[in-house]
Amino acid sequence: MDEFLLSASAFVVLMVAIGLVRVARGPGRAERMMAAQLLGTGAIGALLLFAVATGEAAVLDVALTLALLSAFASIAFVKFALRQDSAPDDAQDAA
Amino acid sequence: MSAIVDLFSIAAIVGGAFFYLAGTVGLLRFPDAYTRLHALTKADNLGLALVVIGLLPQMSGPLAAAKLVLVWLLVLLSSAAVSQLIARSARRQGEGRR
Amino acid sequence: MTTLVGAVIVALLLWLALWTVVARDAFVAVAGFVVYGLLLSLVWVRLAGIDVALTEAAIGGGLTGALLLGAVGRLRATEAATAAERAGPGLRVLAALLALAVTAALMLAVLSLPDPAPTLAPLVVPNLPATGVGNPITGVLLAFRALDTLLEAIVLVIGLIGVWSLAPDTAWGGRPGLRYRADPDGILAYLARVLPPIGIVVGLYLFWAGADHPGGKFQSATILAAMWMLVQMAGLGDTPRTDGGWLRLGLVIGPLVFVAVGAFGIPAAGAFLAYPETWAKPLILLIELALLPTLVLVLALLMNGPPRRHGGAR
Repeated sequence: MDEFLLSASAFVVLMVAIGLVRVARGPGRAERMMAAQLLGTGAIGALLLFAVATGEAAVLDVALTLALLSAFASIAFVKFALRQDSAPDDAQDAA
Repeated sequence: MSAIVDLFSIAAIVGGAFFYLAGTVGLLRFPDAYTRLHALTKADNLGLALVVIGLLPQMSGPLAAAKLVLVWLLVLLSSAAVSQLIARSARRQGEGRR
Repeated sequence: MTTLVGAVIVALLLWLALWTVVARDAFVAVAGFVVYGLLLSLVWVRLAGIDVALTEAAIGGGLTGALLLGAVGRLRATEAATAAERAGPGLRVLAALLALAVTAALMLAVLSLPDPAPTLAPLVVPNLPATGVGNPITGVLLAFRALDTLLEAIVLVIGLIGVWSLAPDTAWGGRPGLRYRADPDGILAYLARVLPPIGIVVGLYLFWAGADHPGGKFQSATILAAMWMLVQMAGLGDTPRTDGGWLRLGLVIGPLVFVAVGAFGIPAAGAFLAYPETWAKPLILLIELALLPTLVLVLALLMNGPPRRHGGAR
């Protein structure tokens, strides 16, 4: 069971790592944000599998932290992209 | 009994891994931003959900199982909201109007 | 099998790092950097450094990305000019040679380290129960090398003052950063209402768990600061005035309490930052409790930048 979980964890990491191609190639900003999001979720899934495989409960905390912080990072990206694209008077306080 | 539980876990986790694969393939092969986003959300929701469902019987206690469910709910919540925002950003950039 | 996966991840990391450095668009480079942080935290987990993985996931995967994005936004005006500058081929060759030389020197240094590496871990383990904490990293940070942690906390506050000093005179004491606005009925506002309470609970849990398990005040402060930034980014709350009394009190209370506990150690146990027997755990807890608001405020304010609005008298 533990070997299966470890291999599943490795498989998930490899899968989402292939999504890195989208970070490199993706023609727009949205693609790169999507690739970061996919990698975040894949890392969380792999960490959960790894936590159960090794019995190390602290890894669950890493997955929890990642869930919160990758949401925050994705929102920072989206906020940045939206600000760049919208009209200059949309929402920024000019001094 | 524990063999059945293990079998269930393995089946669920294999399903989850399949959806991660599907998400990656979709992200790489679909033609435009919105379809790629659709593929991404499959990995986020179904992939992680099946992995969590498969891992729940294997957890060592209620606190660990609660943490697992909390991670799942957080990812559900944030990936739903972030996908909407990414789609809005893609539309503002004028993608997909082909 | 695991070596194969490890090799693949290392190769990916190297490729990603190289690609991030040569990327043309700054936004793209920041996206690559955030992904790099995520992969690196996986590596730390694999190497059994859970505390480091927590910090890498929190800071590298989240806060640094947002910080760099803020910087990219500020640099928009000059980006066209810097992109137009092209160094001559001679200079670039020289830079490449220099980088290669530094890399070779680092590789030699790492490969020629004594094996087994000299370590103080065998000294830490038997002395750890005297400190009352179960996590050896917390023990080292707050008991055996507490002086380092104190100096780091002071450096963080000084760094924040440095960032504040970039403000024009008229803006001193005002609010940093921009006033974000978002649709109050929209998705971002909803997320910023639901996520921070959960984040605060998780952050406080990590703070408490840091005594005996991986965690601690720094990772907890990062999560709390990120949740605060989330509320700001959704327009649900403005950035704080930098001349606020409570704000400034919160900024200094961490180092002050730390120094006070250290001074208390001189009569009580014979040296600065020495803990008397059986007082170690409560004193460590006191220091951590005082440092938590300082770290949260410093991290969030560092990300906000220098004061820009509503400066001067209130």
